Amino acid sequence: MIDIITDGSRMTAKLSGDIDHHAARELRRELDEMITRCQPELLIIDMENVGFMDSSGVGLILGRLRNVRAYGGEIAVRGASREIAAVIRLSGLSGLLSEEVKE
Amino acid sequence: MKRELINECRLSFAPLSVNEAFARSAAAAFASQCDPTVKEISEIRTAVSEAVTNAIVHGYRNCSGQVELHMRQYSGGLLTISIRDKGTGIDDIPRAMTPLFTTAPDEERSGLGFSVMESFMDRVTVKSAPGKGTTVTLEKRLSSRIPEAAGQVG
Repeated sequence: MIDIITDGSRMTAKLSGDIDHHAARELRRELDEMITRCQPELLIIDMENVGFMDSSGVGLILGRLRNVRAYGGEIAVRGASREIAAVIRLSGLSGLLSEEVKE
Repeated sequence: MKRELINECRLSFAPLSVNEAFARSAAAAFASQCDPTVKEISEIRTAVSEAVTNAIVHGYRNCSGQVELHMRQYSGGLLTISIRDKGTGIDDIPRAMTPLFTTAPDEERSGLGFSVMESFMDRVTVKSAPGKGTTVTLEKRLSSRIPEAAGQVG
């Protein structure tokens, strides 16, 4: 599930549920549609309501990062649980994680 | 130390991505018998999800069959979970396990599946042959049982 809030040049995508290989395909489609339409300078991926994420989520973030950076935008990941942050760190994308990691 | 088998469970399911959630939930339910911490359960769910996704995405890319989970619980808090497919197989296992290596970059596979498994489990064993399929065995010693295990030594 995805909830998108746009605020000027900033777009927040609130994801919820499990992010696995199955869910990533639909999220990818919806996120890309919004990225193409809004071209946000900053895309905030809010993981506050994501209960589970495996490396398919890393692929999802990496793919969107590529799309956003293509026009000079940037991505920040917010609200990742400790376990999700651990998966993101393995990918070397820890620079995208905002400092507060949900306990 | 001799480990006693406490419980064993086998299940098989169709290699559809919609079943990935079922597979990791089944593994979490089995693991919950070992009195794991929330963190351990989360690590097991994630590692199993990676292996099951590999079986579906790579193992059964060009053929059909079932994904099999074989879960075993031993005394001392040792848990093993094997994820097996009878599909394509891997011709170069070390390369497949190399972080960021993927045969499906256009599908946004990150190439981190085995890295996640190795990071979250104590041991990951891969048996595979081209055309024969792949078996990934994940092993984890659950911390909540370490005092009991230590007590059994000698």
